[in-house]
Amino acid sequence: MLVNGSGCLDALAAPGVAAQLDAFVTKTITPEPREGSPPVRIAETEAGMLNSIGLQGPGIDAFLADTLPALAAQGLRIWVSVGGFSAPDYAGICERLDGRPEVEVIELNLSCPNVEEAPESSAQIVAACRSRTTRPLYAKLSPATSDIAESARAVVAAGADGLTLVNTLRGMALDPLTLRPKLARGFGGYSGPALRPIALACVSACARAVDVPIVGLGGVASGQHALELVAAGASVVSLGTVLFSDPSAPESIRRGLRHESTVRGYTDSLAARGVANSI
Amino acid sequence: MTGPVTGATGEAARVTGKETIGPYTLLRVAAGTIEAGVPGQFFMLHPPGHVLPRPMSLCFAEAGELCFLIDPIGPGTRTLCDLSAGDALHVLGPLGNGFDLTVAHPLIVGGGIGVAPFPFVARALGGPPAILGFRSAHHAEAAALVPGAEVVLDPVLVTSLLPDDPMDVLACGPEPMLEAVRRRVPRAQLAWEAPMGCGYGACYGCVVEVDGRLQRLCVAGPVLRAA
Ligand SMILES: Cc1cc2nc3c(=O)[nH]c(=O)nc-3n(C[C@H](O)[C@H](O)[C@H](O)COP(=O)(O)OP(=O)(O)OC[C@H]3O[C@@H](n4cnc5c(N)ncnc54)[C@H](O)[C@@H]3O)c2cc1C
Ligand SMILES: Cc1cc2nc3c(=O)[nH]c(=O)nc-3n(C[C@H](O)[C@H](O)[C@H](O)COP(=O)(O)O)c2cc1C
Ligand code: FES
Repeated sequence: MLVNGSGCLDALAAPGVAAQLDAFVTKTITPEPREGSPPVRIAETEAGMLNSIGLQGPGIDAFLADTLPALAAQGLRIWVSVGGFSAPDYAGICERLDGRPEVEVIELNLSCPNVEEAPESSAQIVAACRSRTTRPLYAKLSPATSDIAESARAVVAAGADGLTLVNTLRGMALDPLTLRPKLARGFGGYSGPALRPIALACVSACARAVDVPIVGLGGVASGQHALELVAAGASVVSLGTVLFSDPSAPESIRRGLRHESTVRGYTDSLAARGVANSI
Repeated sequence: MTGPVTGATGEAARVTGKETIGPYTLLRVAAGTIEAGVPGQFFMLHPPGHVLPRPMSLCFAEAGELCFLIDPIGPGTRTLCDLSAGDALHVLGPLGNGFDLTVAHPLIVGGGIGVAPFPFVARALGGPPAILGFRSAHHAEAAALVPGAEVVLDPVLVTSLLPDDPMDVLACGPEPMLEAVRRRVPRAQLAWEAPMGCGYGACYGCVVEVDGRLQRLCVAGPVLRAA
């Protein structure tokens, strides 16, 4: 199964790209409308890119009134990414999404490097949301932790049905002449090729620690990359930065994944799930 | 038009040749099935080996080629200028909103590499009047791409040549130039720039302030006209 990374595709602006995916993941929705960070918001680096978009979005009211019906009208399976600045923020949005049958999965963005973090722990936020919705709840975790398997156990114990691994890492890039940060906010989230080995390690560690579906993402740009994430334990592969340079990537990666699986004798790519972890 | 981005085609295109024009490189690419679009629209050119593509105006199209005028100011544009005939690069376009050419008294106003979209505009309009400003005589070699253009060199400003009677100004150039043009001609069509990650509305990296709100330049622009 192929989906997009939250914040890496607008299905309303590019319906033809979303149509190539098995489900569309929305940009993280917040309680109130947000203007987001001032420009400059993106910068390329040697092995990836930095972004500080700052969760620009319409807020949950306009999302439910306008965005969600428009997405549903496209016939997409919809996963909603939820953000906030406290556990009640997250739980409040989950409660309102719970009443909407168009929503297939709720993904909790517990790890945006561009905005202030909630004071509660990830497990406390998951527990607060769990009490307000019966929808599948996926916890999206940051790779910037010393023991991600421990975080995975905690959020699963609190009621998460699945994990999304990984979000971006905080990074910085400087203008070579002025030595000032390229991004207006100074720091940003680092994504793309450099994240791939980190994502593999996180998915592998969590797949050994907990028995839930895992959405794997970080630097995937080919069928080979997708199959490697499955081998590390992912059951769904998600595409982020690659979409910016290649809006046909879902099609070609799906073809590549099928090919790479077949040449290794797997009738289905999921037959390779976890083979990297049997050492 | 084919491909998942509405109105655009994405294709692995071949470089067919290049020319040096002052400090700039005119890169010629086989058009294949990619359409030229409307003057002022742009294309995402993916420099091989880079993570992100770069936005480029179409300079002009002729004989099955798309031609881009590129100023090598950083790693991505340098990689593009270093390509040779036969090299492949991914091209996506045309994208965004171009100039409205159904105007009565068009006047082209360009500054520096902002000359890039105007050869296409000038051909489409049959040689309208044009004012182009450059940093040096070396940079001004690019003015030859817009026949009949009046050229000024720093420190003379393009706005000093703007006529008093109202014209339908189409402008592209550095931000201070665009702001100065807008002060003189509030209705001018201005082609803005912003760093872009995707060019088709996916990343929210390219926002600029339009009507008091941060909007994606690749969706709302790049050509904007004051209300
Ligand atoms: C719609 C559009 C059309 C364009 N058309 C042309 C064209 O026809 N010819 C051409 O040479 N260039 C054009 N540009 C600008 C070009 O895309 C940038 O110069 C290029 O992306 C820089 O990449 P780089 O890796 O070489 O440099 P970087 O390292 O990315 O940047 C070098 C310096 O330029 C600044 N910069 C980067 N991108 C932009 C940008 N888009 N606008 C303003 N400053 C920027 C950076 O902050 C930095 O100071 C266009 C931009 C847009 C948005
Ligand atoms: C421009 C941009 C915006 C993003 N916005 C969000 C977001 O709103 N919510 C979220 O959970 N992750 C967001 N992410 C992170 C991605 O979903 C993904 O976890 C990350 O980019 C790693 O995958 P990749 O290397 O394939 O891009 C964003 C990433 C990028 C590049
Ligand atoms: S360049 Fe990505 S949204 Fe405009």
